[in-house]
Amino acid sequence: MELLLAITAGALYAAGLYLLLRRRLAQLIVGLGLLTNGTNILIFTSGGLTRSIPPVVPEGSETLEPPFADPVPQSLILTAIVIGFGVLAFTLVLAHQVHRLNGSDDLGDSG
Amino acid sequence: MASHLILPIALPMLTGALMLFISNRHCQRWVAFAGACALLASAIAVAVTVHTDGIQVLHAGSWAAPFGIVLVADRLSSILLVAVGVVGVAATAFAFAGVDPRRESAGYHPVMMVLMMGVSGAFLTGDLFNLYVWFEVMLVASFVLMALYRNRTQIRAAFTYVTLNLLASTILLTVLGLLYGKTGTLNLADLSQQWSTGDLPPLHLPMGALFFTAFGIKAALFPWFSWLPASYHAPPAAVAAIFAGLLTKVGVYSMFRVFTLLFRDVPPSAPSFVLLLSVVTMVVGVTCALTQRDLRRVLSFNLVGHIGFTTMGLGLATSAGLAGSLLYVFHHILAITNLYLIAGIFLRMRRTSELDRLGSMYRAHPYVSLLALVPLFALAGVPPLSGAIAKIALVQAAFAAGAYWAGGIALLVSLLSLLSIARVWDAAFWKPAPEDPPPALPSWKQLVPIGGLTALTLAFTVAAGPLTELTTTIASDLLEPDAYIRAVLDETE
Repeated sequence: MELLLAITAGALYAAGLYLLLRRRLAQLIVGLGLLTNGTNILIFTSGGLTRSIPPVVPEGSETLEPPFADPVPQSLILTAIVIGFGVLAFTLVLAHQVHRLNGSDDLGDSG
Repeated sequence: MASHLILPIALPMLTGALMLFISNRHCQRWVAFAGACALLASAIAVAVTVHTDGIQVLHAGSWAAPFGIVLVADRLSSILLVAVGVVGVAATAFAFAGVDPRRESAGYHPVMMVLMMGVSGAFLTGDLFNLYVWFEVMLVASFVLMALYRNRTQIRAAFTYVTLNLLASTILLTVLGLLYGKTGTLNLADLSQQWSTGDLPPLHLPMGALFFTAFGIKAALFPWFSWLPASYHAPPAAVAAIFAGLLTKVGVYSMFRVFTLLFRDVPPSAPSFVLLLSVVTMVVGVTCALTQRDLRRVLSFNLVGHIGFTTMGLGLATSAGLAGSLLYVFHHILAITNLYLIAGIFLRMRRTSELDRLGSMYRAHPYVSLLALVPLFALAGVPPLSGAIAKIALVQAAFAAGAYWAGGIALLVSLLSLLSIARVWDAAFWKPAPEDPPPALPSWKQLVPIGGLTALTLAFTVAAGPLTELTTTIASDLLEPDAYIRAVLDETE
């Protein structure tokens, strides 16, 4: 499972970086989105994968015995998703503005 | 528990929120100015407590470190907070001279406050993920300031800026993911303790490289500086001034913080790589500045070139080197902010900042020109102004560390920088203007913040002794971070 997720994250990074190198804004924005999601998967994977062990103290017990899922990476990802979403919305508006001013979403044409 | 540490973050936030309810533009300017003054006051208060009582730590929500988020003010953070306050006061005061009304009604002042909040947060936080969040706060605010009511050049500039800075944030987030996976913590003090006692984790060199890339993009180091000259000439003067003064310095600060806390025992090849990149940044930035025909572009490339000086100390990895770089950071914040504001005078009086179309400034307004002369020559490093003091400290440190080539190149670059500044002085102030300039007078509302910053640059020379002492103490703090670690981890409340 780790291997699969690692390859997915790598593929998302590669695709995202490739799209960032394009001149068209639509592709650039998709690239940014892919990069953000690749990072989220990377955090998720490197935080350690566990299956069906929520970090909850079982009934009748006082402490939480390892192994259990680490909640911190998930909260980090949650924050990163929200920030990524806001920034993506901003870049979309900016791209719309470029398109309105230039009639093209090619950054090379806007000079 | 030092609750007042939250003030440099909370005050701009509250001021910004308050301004959303004020529709009168003139009122907004006053509130913004009051907010920036309050920020400066709180920063000075923090600096004073740090000076008397040592490192101040605020455990947010009383969660013990390393589980909660901590705000930490040591000497370095508190001095930089004061710099945020000073730049903030100057930039908000500059707004009294007039801001594009459309820009102003679209929320210019509140966003400016958010930007200051982001910068203060980045200087204060002791947690790496929190640092990422402050970076984003700062970036989103700067994106909006750059793109608010824009023309074609501005929007093109905004896109370059947005893309590269988002890439930097993604890289930072990536390394945070890897770091958490290896160590299970993102608290700077905790990480530093783990890494100094045990073995360095696997992948620590790639992590260092990723950190360096992320902060290097923010700081505009070679080879990642292209976004800065592409974008800083476009926004209005006060915005460009606050960007130039603070944003790149946040990158430099983060580098200092992370590399002195986390990567204490890296192989010696890593700092020499940093030194090499710093030197290349200087050479490339300043030689590019020589070829530019626009005042603001000359300033942008000089800004890039001089960033090389601020990271050079990290590359030397000696106490004297760090101290010299810090001195340079303080000098540079004052001088470059001031120069971008001065470019604003030209924009207002001559409607352009192209050097070919400027001129006759000295004949028409000798006193204003003298006001501009101080930061210009300070940036170029003419003794006895602040730039020379910082450069001498750095070059001495380079020679003492045996890096004669770096010191030599730094001296040569200073000469080139002087040449480019002398060209600015000649073209903008001395030579006769190609056409008769419009008989505009500089607004005293613009001159007051510029005069204030010029006075501070002069004060830098007067206070050079104590400042050098201060930066030397900060440098030894950075190289011996045990006090920082103890302050964060041991405080039990």
